[in-house]
Amino acid sequence: MGKPDTKQEQTPRIESQSESSFESWGRYPKFHADVVPLHWATDFPLPHPPAAKQLPVGLGRSYGDVCLLENGTLLQTSGLDRLLHFDAATGMLRCEAGASLQQILDFAVPRGFFLPVTPGTKYVTVGGAIANDIHGKNHHVAGTFGRHVLRFELVRSDGTRLICSPIENPAWFAATIGGMGLTGLMTWAEIHLRPIVSRKIDYRGEKFHGIDEFFALSDAAASEYTVAWIDCVSTGRNFARGIFMQGDHSETPGPLTRSKEPKLTFPFDLPEFALNRFSMAAFNALYFHKQVGRRKVGPVDYEPFFYPLDAVLHWNRMYGKHGLLQFQNVLPRENGREGMLEILKAITKSGLASFLAVIKFFGDIPSVGMMSFPSPGVMLALDFPIRREVSFDLVDRLARITQEYGGRMYSAKDARMTAEQYQAFYPQWQEFSRYVDPGFDSAFWQRVTGRRQIDG
Amino acid sequence: MGKNGEAPRRVLALGATSAIAEATLRLLAEQHASFFLVGRNPQKVAAVRDDLLTRGASAAVMHAADLYDAAAHPAMLAQAVAALGGIDLALVAHGVLGDQAAAEKDYAVAEAILRTNFLSAVSLVTWLANYFEAEHRGTIAVISSVAGDRGRKSNYIYGASKGGLNVFLDGVRNRIDRAGVQVLTIKPGFVATPMTAHLKKNALFAEPAQVARHVLRAIERRKDVAYVPPFWGLIMLVVRSIPRRIFKKMNM
Repeated sequence: MGKPDTKQEQTPRIESQSESSFESWGRYPKFHADVVPLHWATDFPLPHPPAAKQLPVGLGRSYGDVCLLENGTLLQTSGLDRLLHFDAATGMLRCEAGASLQQILDFAVPRGFFLPVTPGTKYVTVGGAIANDIHGKNHHVAGTFGRHVLRFELVRSDGTRLICSPIENPAWFAATIGGMGLTGLMTWAEIHLRPIVSRKIDYRGEKFHGIDEFFALSDAAASEYTVAWIDCVSTGRNFARGIFMQGDHSETPGPLTRSKEPKLTFPFDLPEFALNRFSMAAFNALYFHKQVGRRKVGPVDYEPFFYPLDAVLHWNRMYGKHGLLQFQNVLPRENGREGMLEILKAITKSGLASFLAVIKFFGDIPSVGMMSFPSPGVMLALDFPIRREVSFDLVDRLARITQEYGGRMYSAKDARMTAEQYQAFYPQWQEFSRYVDPGFDSAFWQRVTGRRQIDG
Repeated sequence: MGKNGEAPRRVLALGATSAIAEATLRLLAEQHASFFLVGRNPQKVAAVRDDLLTRGASAAVMHAADLYDAAAHPAMLAQAVAALGGIDLALVAHGVLGDQAAAEKDYAVAEAILRTNFLSAVSLVTWLANYFEAEHRGTIAVISSVAGDRGRKSNYIYGASKGGLNVFLDGVRNRIDRAGVQVLTIKPGFVATPMTAHLKKNALFAEPAQVARHVLRAIERRKDVAYVPPFWGLIMLVVRSIPRRIFKKMNM
């Protein structure tokens, strides 16, 4: 026996991994898998490659099954969190793919930089942001996250390492952005940060009643960030009321301090009966009336503007142990009004909606990714608690309306689309499948390619 | 450094790619320290170096070396002093958990664990103690373990390597503390690192970043021994106080 490896040299061993409890954010569906934490770019391919398929995962913030693989090996990337280079002249940051947007903000904000595009949570990895080609409130002016990615390294399960950019290996670049982690493991990426002079956002909130007022406000909005909260519970006079929110990074120099760590954690699974038609109606009414006047203007910190829910860790426990379904779709503008009305009516009638519904217009900046979700038109996103007998039917109905109106649904948010629906939404799926790593798979990909039955 | 509450500016990291060391170095990089980084795998040390430079390190020199080889220590340490222009903090962080079952059957396995965790640290600290004693200042911080507090059947070879290290550091402290040198024995409990990747996680596990904050605080407060996170001090007090006639029958 020779000398032992020193601790820092140990590589993860597949046979010694603990049982997984890796869940997606919706906590539905649930599958067993082995979780192998990666700590170094050289940890992959694994020294003893598993017989089963593999899938890279980050912080588990996608809602459905894109980050799950039954009896597979999940390559947990959050240990790959090094910041490798930053050029303050251009805003270019090179970091390992497991670095989270929170870590990047903690680094960048005090230096006067911000993410080019951010989703509604900062607890996602850069790898996850690219793999789902995420979007934010500035989609209409900035496009998706992938548009701000300069380069990355992709490692295939056979050990091939590809540098991908719009110039080098452009097909792999396009397939990996929005490629749901299926094309290989991303080890590092270069992203382009944008300058800011303050933490503050100049905010404007305006109440609206009905979809037409929302359309009018969207058309008139001139801000970088726009989004609307919409009440999907109320009917009659209050049907489709909401608050149209817009903001811009403040141009008045202000403090550029690092954010505080959140103090609150949702402590336990709420029992199912807690979220019901009445509590949700009360919440939505409260939220609508929290803003007293019709219009509210003023500076707000970026944390509550972009990440209101991040203040409470594990908020998904609010939905109880059965979890939640998220529905997110986009409809082309020409059909948007009729389609969204039909969808909103179906939702309010079901009484299943909760309080986290947002609606926004996507712009027409093309996405870089082959499988990216955003396309020009109107986008709606909301959650439902899982009540087997009714929520699955509702989501299926919404998927059918989406298809009828020529829209599509977002893979990162979905747990229920059929293979037929997916293939209609993403007809390029067969071309994409040529780029899928033969050693990789996901529960989502099995489902939408017709290799796994949907339960319930 | 040397005064209470002042952050070290020139840092030697031995085992710079260990998770606890790396997390601690990140905090020091934000305060613009400079580094001499020693680790075995040059690619991994380079990744740590790039990260520290990006986060604000004034300078970072990397040195690929296997610390198992004690003969090479004096030259390497002299090179670190020259490169940094003196050392304020030496963080000794290399080590292995080892395979207890194999070490029970084969002395060669046990010896290798003791050599890495105990003897190589003795070699490094011997040189560093003389360096700092002559300087009348500085900090030697060594990552030991709660496992060194009492031998348990599940990991007593590792425990013995850390227990021996603790006694050695007590002696060094007794010798050079009066010269103005801090000798800090860091005793982490369970930390979620590559070393413990195979263990089932529970509420006692701490993240390296959290441990790193406690390590820095212990350096700033010029402590002698620091359990990290601090609740491990209480746990080990209980573990140490169990009478031997009971302890020997327990499964720990």
